[in-house]
Amino acid sequence: MDNRSVVGRVFDIQKFCTHDGTGIRTVVFLKGCILRCRWCCNPESQSYEIQEMRTANGKRIVGYDTTVGEVIRRVLQDMPYYRRSHGGLTLSGGEALCQTEFVSALLTVAKENGIDTAVETTACLPYYMIEPHLPMLNTILLDIKHMNSEKHEQFTTMRNELILSNARKMAAAGAHIIVRVPTIPTFNDTEEEIREIARFAKSLPGVEEIHLLPYHRLGYDKYVGLDREYLMGDLVTPPADKMERLRQVAEREGLRALIGG
Amino acid sequence: MSNYNSAKCAKSPRIERLKAELYRKMPEIEADRAVLLTESYMQTEGEPIVTRRAKAFRHIMENIPVTIRDDELVVGSATKAPRSCQVFPEFSFEWLEAEFDTVEKRSADPFYISEETKNALRTAYRYWKGKTTSELATSLMAPETKLAMEHNVFTPGNYFYNGVGHVTVQYDKVLAIGYRGIIDEVMAEKKTMNFGDADYCSKTALLDGIIMSCEAVITYAKRYAELARRQAMTEQNSTRRAELLAIASNCERVPEYGARTFWEACQSFWFIQMILQIESSGHSISPGRFDQYMYPYYKADIDRGVITRDFAQELMDCIWVKFNDLNKCRDAASAEGFAGYSLFQNLIAGGQNIHGEDATNDLSFMCIDATMHVMLPAPSFSVRVWNRTPHEFLIRSAELTRTGVGLPAYYNDEVIIPSLMSMGLTIEDARDYNIIGCVEPQKAGKTWGWHDAAFFNMLKPMELVFDDGKLDGVQVGPHTGDVSTFKTFDEFFDAYKAQMNYMISLLVNADNAIDEAHAIRCPLPYLSSMVEDCIHSGKTPEQGGAVYNFTGPQGFGIANVADALYAIRTLVFEQKKFTLAELREAMIHNFGKTSDARAQSLTEQIAIELSKNGVKVSESLISEIYNTVKNKEGDSKYAEIQKMITSVDKFGNDLDDVDALAREAAYTYTKPLLNYKNPRGGRFQAGLYPVSANVPLGAQTGATPDGRYAGTPVADGVSPSAGKDIHGPTSAANSVSRLDHGIASNGTLFNMKFHPSALAGETGLENFVALVQTYFEMKGSHMQFNVVSRETLRDAQKNPDQYRSLVVRVAGYSALFTTLSKSLQDDIINRTEQASF
Repeated sequence: MDNRSVVGRVFDIQKFCTHDGTGIRTVVFLKGCILRCRWCCNPESQSYEIQEMRTANGKRIVGYDTTVGEVIRRVLQDMPYYRRSHGGLTLSGGEALCQTEFVSALLTVAKENGIDTAVETTACLPYYMIEPHLPMLNTILLDIKHMNSEKHEQFTTMRNELILSNARKMAAAGAHIIVRVPTIPTFNDTEEEIREIARFAKSLPGVEEIHLLPYHRLGYDKYVGLDREYLMGDLVTPPADKMERLRQVAEREGLRALIGG
Repeated sequence: MSNYNSAKCAKSPRIERLKAELYRKMPEIEADRAVLLTESYMQTEGEPIVTRRAKAFRHIMENIPVTIRDDELVVGSATKAPRSCQVFPEFSFEWLEAEFDTVEKRSADPFYISEETKNALRTAYRYWKGKTTSELATSLMAPETKLAMEHNVFTPGNYFYNGVGHVTVQYDKVLAIGYRGIIDEVMAEKKTMNFGDADYCSKTALLDGIIMSCEAVITYAKRYAELARRQAMTEQNSTRRAELLAIASNCERVPEYGARTFWEACQSFWFIQMILQIESSGHSISPGRFDQYMYPYYKADIDRGVITRDFAQELMDCIWVKFNDLNKCRDAASAEGFAGYSLFQNLIAGGQNIHGEDATNDLSFMCIDATMHVMLPAPSFSVRVWNRTPHEFLIRSAELTRTGVGLPAYYNDEVIIPSLMSMGLTIEDARDYNIIGCVEPQKAGKTWGWHDAAFFNMLKPMELVFDDGKLDGVQVGPHTGDVSTFKTFDEFFDAYKAQMNYMISLLVNADNAIDEAHAIRCPLPYLSSMVEDCIHSGKTPEQGGAVYNFTGPQGFGIANVADALYAIRTLVFEQKKFTLAELREAMIHNFGKTSDARAQSLTEQIAIELSKNGVKVSESLISEIYNTVKNKEGDSKYAEIQKMITSVDKFGNDLDDVDALAREAAYTYTKPLLNYKNPRGGRFQAGLYPVSANVPLGAQTGATPDGRYAGTPVADGVSPSAGKDIHGPTSAANSVSRLDHGIASNGTLFNMKFHPSALAGETGLENFVALVQTYFEMKGSHMQFNVVSRETLRDAQKNPDQYRSLVVRVAGYSALFTTLSKSLQDDIINRTEQASF
């Protein structure tokens, strides 16, 4: 089948994103995820099913099936901006890599068009679902959420062994990885926890950069709109000085550390 | 070139003291100028007008109070009280007399006026009845034109009530040779004249007027020298005493002679800038390429080691504060259109020189820093961008943008230079352009550009099409037929073009009438000393003495017209969802929604009926009636039509079809205008920008076929309609770039709103610069940015429809601001203050 005709399930295409890889990027949000992170700010991304969500603007259908050709058409509209800023296409989700065939076709066509590519991934899926995409990805924005597998499972519903092993394999295969840490109060916001993650990141060959993404409540409404319970209660964004301390902890492990990506 | 020192200089503590003094109290209206002007005019009845103007100017310069404010290093104040204004009865006065008792309390740009001033002005005004430019212009206009103006199709208010301004003079010349040098030049010109020359009489009158004006300015500067010396004598603080003596010595030297130091150059510059705004009330007197013509004086001082960069910066910062000391009182309606006491003194940095080399220098960066230090609305600071602009210069400009001060505006050499050349400028002159007022390019010292000649509401001709040329039941435009009989979209579009063409001809008539009135009643001899080729041609700029002559009225509402045409083509002619007659009815009923004005008038009618029938109408009853009327369920038939319109594609979303129609819509204004000439022998050229008139003029516009409710603002410049560009800044920029910016040689204005999260960190600045450069690569002409504040976000909470496109940029997160709940929006508003994204 022609790559451009391959169908995938997307719930948003957002232009001029500036925190999801280098430069000005278009982020394609894919439906469906493996983890159920308590703090997830895109809960509408988790189920693969097309859903209805209430918003302040009325009801919105979340998710639609579309072709690689249509997505690429939208992505190419901003090509002049990518060229100027070293930007490109970022696949996000959900877990984008779940839609293997679609992602493969999309990345192939993106590469044919000379577009820089990145993926935001949990890496929580079998390595054979990751490996084939590596040659077509310029950057992998890899979430490492916690080094303690029990705590990882408690907050995300899955253990972390597979993630860590995939991380090592991707690094060994020469992928360009940036480690990202959603920094969540009560979960992983102590200096000790961040240091352990940074140490692991540093141990991966080729990894030089780590991003700490401060927890925010911006997903709260979506839980209400989906009739789901928001499990984070009244937690607030970690204050700037605390984030800066954590950033320095990560930097001391020999990485370039940024807040917010 | 591009060999510059970009290191940042410190901000002097003096600057905050100067600012505090400036904003100590409400601006005031002062009568001195009007009284002196009138005294002189009464003594010169019957003399040539240019002589009368020169004598009046001399009388003002010799007698208007001179004031040095505390701590100033660069002096020259048009008024005794800070941030205050003189008045200019020779242009118009009746509006101010009518507003004497309200001007202090009005919401937009209030001014204090004392009883003493009111009395002095009332006395002076007795002389002016029947003698103003605005009265003469009215008498010169065709009745058809006046009718169209009564129905708000266009408004030439600016020059109708005020001086023209909108000019950049030969600052470089005065800095170099002083007014003494100009007088010498005039004397030399006189020697070349022959008694038998056809223009001997008029030219002699002007040249004598120029000499008289230059002498008057020299006298005025020496009055400052004298005042500074007097103040120095009693000054206790030795540092300040030394400053005052230096000021005295500067004012003794300049602007009579050429400047020898950077400080003298700054003083000379400021006298020119300020005195031009005493001679006439025209706004947008734009300093232009300050970084270029001031540079030789700065460079010489630095090279000789007589000045530090910090002191040079302090002098510039002082000038930046002084720009805000000048003010102007407009009539209440205009004040809303130009809100913010703005005089649009546009100062531009960067760009290329006449040879096509990059011209960025130390001062270009120091202009950015002065704006950063002073953080006041004036000057309107702009930067020129081309493919050799140093990256560092763009990043520093982006840092200024990030502060949220709304400056600088970015201009694209690659569009503007060829555009000016298409209007007859030489390549050297085009490369040396600067910006006048809002967005209007011109060659400094050679142009009388009439850049802000009128606001033309492009939605009114659309209203005319729906009523066969009638507005409010009056035949204002040509008959274009019963809209319900139109069979094709082209038939509709042709009718629109016919209405446009007719209204454009009336617009030209209005502008030309005003143009003639200025030439006859208010030629400006002092200005003539600094605009080429007035001395040689023997004509003032108003009389056609400048090298380049234009008239540039601006159209607005492009996005609305484009969306309207697209909706009509799609829904009426392609999908046949409703007819033009049904659309017309829906618009008459404001798509089923009661407008504020309509609710008000219905409430009044009901109240009157009730009281006639003996009901006691209390305040609470009135508000009850109003709420009932206002919130009554709209007729669903009309609301349904609007819903269909809302759902079709809109300009600003990177959609070829709509964008192509937008380009055609813009051509209906820009192309016909090019065929017209002004009385000075120059051409008309279109601008596409609204200042802030899109709000008050939107209030005069009924519901429109793009689904816009009656009375709501129309789109801003060439920007998409507020909230209709829902795919972010790159898509909006792609759409806007598809308009033909080059043909709108009087400038286009593209306004973007950003949440500060989009500019956070070094990468935020880099990406922002990439956005500007990419839009410019696609041949956009101008960009300016509002980095939204907490106040803006609060407004977005209240008026979500206007802010549908506002995205909060956070990694891996997908949502628009307006889709969030109140509590989350509050969260973001709080974080916006902390800038902690």
